[in-house]
Amino acid sequence: MYVAVKGGERAIENAHALLADVRRGDRAVPELSLAQIDNQLALGVDRVMCEGSLYDRELAALAIKQARGDMIEAIFLLRAYRTTLPRFGASEPVETADMDIRRRISATFKDLPGGQVLGPTFDYTHRLLDHALAQASEVPPAATAPASDATFRSVTDLLADSGLIEAEDAQDGEVGDLTRQPLSFPAGRDLRLQNLARGDEGFLLALGYSTQRGFGRNHPFAGEIRYGEVEVEFFAEEVGFAVPLGTIFLTECQMVNQFAGSGTQAPRFTRGYGLAFGQSERKAMAMALVDRALRARELGEEIGAPAQDEEFVLSHSDNVQATGFVEHLKLPHYVDFQAELGLLRQLRAEFAERGDDTESSDTPLQDAAE
Amino acid sequence: MSAPVYNFAYLDEQTKRMIRRAILKAIAIPGYQVPFASREMPMPYGWGTGGVQVTASILGPEDVLKVIDQGSDDTTNAVSIRKFFTKTAGVRTTTSTLEATVIQTRHRVPETPLTENQVLVYQVPIPEPLRFLEPRETETRRMHALSEYGLMHVKLYEDIARHGHIATTYAYPVKVDERYVMDPSPIPKFDNPKLSDCPALQLFGAGREKRIYAIPPYTRVVSLDFEDHPFQPYRHDAQCELCGAADSYLDEVITDDRGGRMFVCSDTDYCETRRAMGYAAPASAPKAEPARD
Repeated sequence: MYVAVKGGERAIENAHALLADVRRGDRAVPELSLAQIDNQLALGVDRVMCEGSLYDRELAALAIKQARGDMIEAIFLLRAYRTTLPRFGASEPVETADMDIRRRISATFKDLPGGQVLGPTFDYTHRLLDHALAQASEVPPAATAPASDATFRSVTDLLADSGLIEAEDAQDGEVGDLTRQPLSFPAGRDLRLQNLARGDEGFLLALGYSTQRGFGRNHPFAGEIRYGEVEVEFFAEEVGFAVPLGTIFLTECQMVNQFAGSGTQAPRFTRGYGLAFGQSERKAMAMALVDRALRARELGEEIGAPAQDEEFVLSHSDNVQATGFVEHLKLPHYVDFQAELGLLRQLRAEFAERGDDTESSDTPLQDAAE
Repeated sequence: MSAPVYNFAYLDEQTKRMIRRAILKAIAIPGYQVPFASREMPMPYGWGTGGVQVTASILGPEDVLKVIDQGSDDTTNAVSIRKFFTKTAGVRTTTSTLEATVIQTRHRVPETPLTENQVLVYQVPIPEPLRFLEPRETETRRMHALSEYGLMHVKLYEDIARHGHIATTYAYPVKVDERYVMDPSPIPKFDNPKLSDCPALQLFGAGREKRIYAIPPYTRVVSLDFEDHPFQPYRHDAQCELCGAADSYLDEVITDDRGGRMFVCSDTDYCETRRAMGYAAPASAPKAEPARD
């Protein structure tokens, strides 16, 4: 016999206790430390910081541990923490030309000032499972060279010197923040880039890929991808000058895309821009492709593909929003379902009453609707 | 890494001020969706973040909070949200509709009539009533601005042409104060009449979509319909088998695998209160007939 559904509170507590238990897993296996996650799952930490919009390796590692390796859950944890932090203002723009370079490659020039610096990358590895890694191993330290003091000007800056690529003018005024102001359309490029930087890597990857396959094609070249450490400065009103806050690791991608020009402007390359925390090349590249696609309106291109559709892209890029809404279908919907059931039974009863002539009456009903 | 210390009701005062401004604007323009800078909350989007932010912004230490989901105080999400406010605000909670000053709800309006001392906060998934007719926000905002609601009437007409009835059974669109067409959130249309001329303030929060809207007390709310197809609330043609209520919205509960089922009040507080007053299942309560399939 049915008993009124009670005991939800205790059931939830028990479920949480079980979660904590399976999170820890076999007690005979040593527990993960945050330092292990930070060091050995560093790219996961990078992704969680980037999409979680909070640069803190330790908190990101904690989130990954708490989320049992579920990256979107970890991103969600970090976001929910971030939202409670006070906001003092925006930093000065970081100068990526002054980056302490770990990796810097260009796909448009064989060599360039500063050279190609491969850095730590999977790019040229054979993707063969390395069974030696299954055991603890001694890894000898890699050979390194002292970092160059030279400023690495970006490829796009070099192209801009000769006017071959559109100029990127510095813009004064306040930078938008979609976590403090609701997004409205059309959105400025600052807000679009912020949205993409927080956006889901998989979603941006698929959108970027779709532009390469002809849905909003924009003929990209990876002008330059760089990864390294930059200094962040904050203009302090009290002292009247910018003070350094610390350094962060960034990946920047400058995409060079096909020309635009007009009667009054000579043809020139256009740009797509991607920037991500940590070493997140896939994300930065996908972001640059989508940024360029979203500039279709500004560049007078025909808008037809999903990646060019600002409202579609910006409204669906956030994986914390997306997962929340998709997964909310797990919540009870009893009362709405009852209402649907009632109508459906009524419709079926009327259908049965109409009896055998329903076959013929179906058609005019359809027509009336159209 | 320092342990976070949270403000009363979780949100910081600046955020509450911003949300209160949006609420005031929403009250001033009944049924209009006010954009607000929705915060990331420690529960998922789609699970009541809008309602939680509204509640957090209006809650005072003296308030008594009730949280329901599907009419029940004991469904998992209601429990989770109630615990959240117990923890972050330390306010008194209740399951009694009469006793509560703030009621946060998902998908139902309580059966017990509300009073002037109460605020009903709805959790809203998709605030835009025109969304499934026109996916673009830029378009729907323009349609609201121009009161261009023909499309909605065409949709309802097409339902009638196709099914003989308006086929919207929940989240049934309403017109507020003869101006804005509004989504009442996915409450069954049975609850729609309760929105009109209600003594309590009704606030609607959509966190993921970043919108707040309101129905001020004693505002006229009309469910859209046609003269020859008037709006009709629906309830199962049965009595509650626990308290005998013949006027409450009913949940159908499947009791075995042979088509057995029973109907009980969806509003658990209403049902329990009636039972405490001595009401019981009618002796002759007919078992619900198996559905005609």
